[in-house]
Amino acid sequence: MSANLSAIFYLISGVLFILALRGLSSPETSRRGNLFGILGMIIAITVTFLSIGNFSTGIIYVLIFLLVGGLIGTFIAYKIPMTAMPELVAGFHSLVGLAAVFVAISAFLNPEAFNLGFPGNIKIGSLIEMSIGAAVGAITFSGSIIAFLKLRGIMSGSPITFKGQHYINLLLGLSIIVLIFYLCKTQSDSFFWGTIAISFLLGLLLIIPIGGADMPVVISMLNSYSGWAAAGIGFTLENTALIITGALVGSSGAILSYIMCKGMNRSFFNVILGGWGISENSSSKNTEQRPVKNGNAEDAAFLMKNASSVIIVPGYGMAVAQAQHALREMVDILKKNGIKVSYAIHPVAGRMPGHMNVLLAEANVPYDEVFELEEINNDFANCDVAFVIGANDVTNPIAKTDPQSPIYGMPVLDVEKCKSVLFVKRSLSPGYAGVDNELFYRDNTLMLFADAKKMTDDIIKNLN
Amino acid sequence: MEIDPFIFRLSIFVLSILIGYYVVWSVTPSLHTPLMSVTNAISSVIIVGAIIASLSGNEKNIFELSNTFGFLAIFLAAINIFGGFLVTQRMLQMYKKRKKDK
Repeated sequence: MSANLSAIFYLISGVLFILALRGLSSPETSRRGNLFGILGMIIAITVTFLSIGNFSTGIIYVLIFLLVGGLIGTFIAYKIPMTAMPELVAGFHSLVGLAAVFVAISAFLNPEAFNLGFPGNIKIGSLIEMSIGAAVGAITFSGSIIAFLKLRGIMSGSPITFKGQHYINLLLGLSIIVLIFYLCKTQSDSFFWGTIAISFLLGLLLIIPIGGADMPVVISMLNSYSGWAAAGIGFTLENTALIITGALVGSSGAILSYIMCKGMNRSFFNVILGGWGISENSSSKNTEQRPVKNGNAEDAAFLMKNASSVIIVPGYGMAVAQAQHALREMVDILKKNGIKVSYAIHPVAGRMPGHMNVLLAEANVPYDEVFELEEINNDFANCDVAFVIGANDVTNPIAKTDPQSPIYGMPVLDVEKCKSVLFVKRSLSPGYAGVDNELFYRDNTLMLFADAKKMTDDIIKNLN
Repeated sequence: MEIDPFIFRLSIFVLSILIGYYVVWSVTPSLHTPLMSVTNAISSVIIVGAIIASLSGNEKNIFELSNTFGFLAIFLAAINIFGGFLVTQRMLQMYKKRKKDK
């Protein structure tokens, strides 16, 4: 196959990838979009085989590695529970990063294969492209590993900070640039390996200071990095499909990071520099015991049964307690009694963008009953009962009133405007931000102290 | 004077970033998790580089260092491609509309 013809096919697969993302604009078109993506991938791989044309014995090994990897991927895809999606995505990012590093290494060792010159005499442009690809890939890899360990709970989610941390990172970042410069000047491979090694270290150090609940931003950011790494390799290999994809993924991850930061009202740099949630001990001083109204499942069932509309506010705690199926059962009973039920999702509910929506979809909650913050926030005022399950900071009215609060300015769900609020929580402990929730002490709030799943089950019993 | 092919690739890159910007903003927030898993899958198109790397070089020594890195990259990318697309499909299958029967 001629180089021009294969370039056209790579362009086609790039366009199919754009259509794959475009399909995600609504759930109806999303499945077809995913098929476009698969088709694009098949075209890209097939064209690559045809353009090589040289079916040596090596091809058997290529197919074996492809098949083994594919089987493992398939196995993971069908076995993974939906609550573990954030870890899975972080894990996948690390693989893309490492694959980028490996491809860059083989291009460096055997540049003739890619028409980039000869070992020791590689074109400067290609050398820069492949080292950027390798460096970003390495950062993505080690950063994602840390994110994976934190999400999985193998590593503590609390931020690890030490003095001068940011200067060390800056120094490492600068030394990568210096190493690439000398690599171009001398073509010596020790600079290439040095670049990769330092990038691995930088990826580690970048993610360790970031706290557990900031993971939505971290995952999105690493998503973006994996895209830029792919684009860097795309430039090296002069491959359109890879350049288009890299750019798409890079901007996608960047936009998601932006949305997540906005959902927490924090600047991107504030999140990246990390260490949030440990220094904020100012608010813990005034936690004298204030009276709260304590309720049980019977009260909750009574309130909801006599309501005409209920809004459910799920949070990460619901996912931890695996309460989503019980919750849907409860909602089914309410709906049977003619009560209007909808779900309100905060942008940073869950551990990754859109995580709560997937969990509800898995529990068979129809997606047209689930609303985003801007869509539903005005409805709380006309609603009888808000049922907050596993969420905390995202409902705190203090974010609107107290400029001293660390969460001031964060968009919150106006839960307090409901006639009554049911708050399922295990204790009065503050949420991740370390801020006491004003809502607990309001007259119209009834606290239901229990595990989310157990409480929901009890309410179901009382409803029947 | 002839234009360096790099400039063409750079144009594709810049325009694709813009396309990505508009396309991703139009993605509904409820599908942001599938968005991440599918971008994960498509960025593994890096496998094309891995295939070229692993099939180049001489016949006699298939497992030269550069080829070996190619094989490993194929393995990693293949996990991602299959895993990414299939888990996305699995998630998307769960999104259902309200039943009309009431």
